[in-house]
Amino acid sequence: MMQFMLLFSRQGKLRLQKWYNAHPDKLKKKITRELITMILARKPKMCSFLEWRDLKIVYKRYASLYFCCAIEQDDNELLTLEIIHRYVELLDKYFGSVCELDIIFNFEKAYFILDELLLGGEIQETSKKNVLKAIAAQDLLQEEETPQGFFEDHGLG
Amino acid sequence: MNASEHGFNPAFNMATIKQVINEAVERVRMPTPMRLRDLIRQIRAARTAAEERSVVNKECAYIRSTFREEDVVWRCRNIAKLLYIHMLGYPAHFGQLECLKLIASQRFTDKRIGYLGAMLLLDERQDVHLLITNCLKNDLNSPTQFVVGLALCTLGAIASPEMARDLAGEVERLMKSPNAYIRKKAALCAYRIIKRVPELMEIFLPATRSMLSEKNHGVLITGVTLITEMCEHSPDTLNHFKKIVPNLVRILKNLILAGYSPEHDVSGVSDPFLQVKILKLLRVLGKNDIDASEAMNDILAQVATNTETSKNVGNTILYETVLSIMDIKSEGGLRVLAVNILGRFLINNDKNIRYVALNTLLRTVHVDTSAVQRHRSTILECLKDPDVSIRRRAMELSFALINTQNIRTMMKELLVFLERADPEFKAQCSSNIVLAAERYSPNKKWHLDTLLKVLVAAGNYVRDDVITCTIQLISETTSQQGYITLQLWKFLAEDTMDKQPLIQVATWAIGEYGDMLLTTEIEDAHDVKRPAEDDVIDVYHRLLWSPQNSTITKQYTLMSLTKLSTRFSSITKIQQIVSTFSSSLHIELQQRGVEFSQLFGKYGNLRPALLERMPPMEMTRSSDAQTNGDSDLNDMKLDDSPQHHINNESNALLDLLGGDGSDMDIIKPNSTTTSSQPVSNSNNQDLLDLLGGLDTLSSPMPPADTGIGLILENNNPVTNNVNSNSNFLTGDFLNTNSVNEVDVPTITAFDRDGLKIMFALEKIESNSISINVTASNHTLSNMTDFLFQAAVPKTFQLQMLSPSGTVISPNGVVTQVLRVVNPSKSALRMRLRISYSLDGNIVQEQTEVNNFPTEVWD
Repeated sequence: MMQFMLLFSRQGKLRLQKWYNAHPDKLKKKITRELITMILARKPKMCSFLEWRDLKIVYKRYASLYFCCAIEQDDNELLTLEIIHRYVELLDKYFGSVCELDIIFNFEKAYFILDELLLGGEIQETSKKNVLKAIAAQDLLQEEETPQGFFEDHGLG
Repeated sequence: MNASEHGFNPAFNMATIKQVINEAVERVRMPTPMRLRDLIRQIRAARTAAEERSVVNKECAYIRSTFREEDVVWRCRNIAKLLYIHMLGYPAHFGQLECLKLIASQRFTDKRIGYLGAMLLLDERQDVHLLITNCLKNDLNSPTQFVVGLALCTLGAIASPEMARDLAGEVERLMKSPNAYIRKKAALCAYRIIKRVPELMEIFLPATRSMLSEKNHGVLITGVTLITEMCEHSPDTLNHFKKIVPNLVRILKNLILAGYSPEHDVSGVSDPFLQVKILKLLRVLGKNDIDASEAMNDILAQVATNTETSKNVGNTILYETVLSIMDIKSEGGLRVLAVNILGRFLINNDKNIRYVALNTLLRTVHVDTSAVQRHRSTILECLKDPDVSIRRRAMELSFALINTQNIRTMMKELLVFLERADPEFKAQCSSNIVLAAERYSPNKKWHLDTLLKVLVAAGNYVRDDVITCTIQLISETTSQQGYITLQLWKFLAEDTMDKQPLIQVATWAIGEYGDMLLTTEIEDAHDVKRPAEDDVIDVYHRLLWSPQNSTITKQYTLMSLTKLSTRFSSITKIQQIVSTFSSSLHIELQQRGVEFSQLFGKYGNLRPALLERMPPMEMTRSSDAQTNGDSDLNDMKLDDSPQHHINNESNALLDLLGGDGSDMDIIKPNSTTTSSQPVSNSNNQDLLDLLGGLDTLSSPMPPADTGIGLILENNNPVTNNVNSNSNFLTGDFLNTNSVNEVDVPTITAFDRDGLKIMFALEKIESNSISINVTASNHTLSNMTDFLFQAAVPKTFQLQMLSPSGTVISPNGVVTQVLRVVNPSKSALRMRLRISYSLDGNIVQEQTEVNNFPTEVWD
């Protein structure tokens, strides 16, 4: 089971955090800071796996963003790399050539997509097509219930 | 939507004008909250942290006010902004209740953001948490599949045990929904519920069984995940699901053999996620079960041989397959196949694959050592890998592979590795090398050479057990002492500042075997010049005055120098150096300086005997060393600093070197002296116990008349300051009444009016005996001023030692020792005079004792 997933920039700014276990806020911040420091200190030639406390950390860098997952001892690290890659592909398909700015300004959508890929720390859908279909349908629901015209944009902005 | 935008409207009327004006007024009074993306832009535009803080605080204040005003319209936009602010690290707990309101709203937009907010802000530690249970229940029954989906997702993320219990029934119902989208989410939600509340597992069992006959991959994979969790949790469920092994095999087979399916394809592999999950479930089912393992042998072999390995995907599946093969009761051929796959991984260009291979090999090396030995050279190559994680794994694996055949080659590589290793490795690596050398070294000379190389290569990172090992080994190996001392001298003569352990061992050896150093034959050590005495003393001088050497090292050196005074011929320089240290600022060195200087002066005659060579030390530590090594190999992850090292090593040292232990210290890289405290503290504690024992000895006496007060009235005030149960500290062995009355003849000397005097006779030499006199009080009052006098015939000599006291309490005793010498061997007679006060009356008695047994003189 995945314990948490963090996305952060090369400057150490957090862009997304998904926790699959309850921790106090302070602890989450501490863990985040520790991991970001550890991973940013890694050199490019090093392998994508780390041991940290009793978890395995799998990370991969895509352009300016680091995708970092923490998995348990009996999880498959290579598979986690594949999960990360699948997530990036989904974001790419959804936003069209995704870049960090897309994730910054549409962070809630990044969460929605992640929630269609993983649930409770495990994969729920292995078909890219199905995930994107579900997201598109939900977006449609949102649009339909917001009458055009009176407000300039969605309730979200 | 102002009227002006629409141009001239022919349907222009009063009502419309009023409406427009009202809206305008509304907007002025209540402006639209900032859009999310505008807030993000503003925050990113802030140049300093302070600026960012002020923007955030302003917006937070605004958001708070809108919450107070119960703004329904813009709530979701404000919550979205709040979630962004929360991600930056600012507190957002005041938004928790608002999330609840969003969830309760009918609009999908609101729910979407509300549930996201709940997942981010509302984990089970919050008070508001339980309040969403009702909303969840409603939404789980919603006709809209996406609303149900949102509820299931949230429940899966933040379920607390109470919530899980409340909603488990709903989730179970949804697992049987006709909608695959809902089914798969319900399955994972059930998975999380079971993780939180294992007792609820039975509820979900019926619905789970049918999940495997699905076509939908999403349902399949979530079903497999759920079943895996159930099986891992309960052995009964595991047995129940053993019968699905054929189903799993079939599904896997279809995946591999089926043609290209664009929906699930990843670089030529069909649904790797599902394949891996199924392989894992097979592993769980086949563990310790021969039948199940047999059923899956074929498919595992098929997967292992058919999978494309050019991309990471293929390797992922192979990795999982290898893990499964290793864990189940697979047949030999399959295991060999697995190890070969790992071997291929080891030479893969991708460092992740290499890492994974080393990791797995480490787990299986103890099970199947011979298979792994084949890949030894590759593993040794990995010691030079640029990635530190790979190097660490390779190091651990190398140690696991050492045996008597390959020890020499392995050690060569490992020593090279040690030289170049990072500091965090050096301590661990050096200790492991020492252990391996101890177990497998072909001969002593090689062993000593290896230890020496470790001391040189690892410098200050060597743990103190290596020092003691080396010293012990040198002391044991008498044949090699000259050789090794010469080698150590070679290194000592060079600059060895950062190798304190090496200096310590070297000075110890030179101190012990200094004479050999000057005279030994140089056979293989051609590059070493035999030193002269002055060379040695000069080097010692340098060592002792160098500020880079630790105090411990200097203690070793000073001791060693003093030893050399008996092995070298010229002692004036040595004496000079030693006496300089009697004014050193370090207390340990000063003490040594003063004490050793004494050995040159008044007690010079003691010097040779004191500083004699030590006998070979016994190898007491081999069993300790082995267990230490085993635990090191298994606990590699936890062990990353010398401080981890156990104190019992230094205590063992105490035993070995007999008291020099207070000198010993745990060497840390920056060589600070610390934990000599525990050692000396325990010594102090023992001392206190003894003294404490002393204090408690005055117990048998009544509070009114203590023995102390009566010392003044005693015959012999000098020696006796304790009473009847005096201890060995005062040396008064003879005053004890713990005489073994069975073996020693006792006679009753006097028994009248409640006073009974017993003699216990003990032979000291051929013509002298010792009489332990015990006077006991059988009255109900104290006998005070007790005085016992004795006289013997002139041919005897009588010596009376001081009594234990002069007051006998009721049922108490007073003891005294008499010594009688009988040179003429005649029969002993004794006249006694006794006086005491009882209840105010003075009693005086006189009697004669004639019943001494004559055997006592034989």
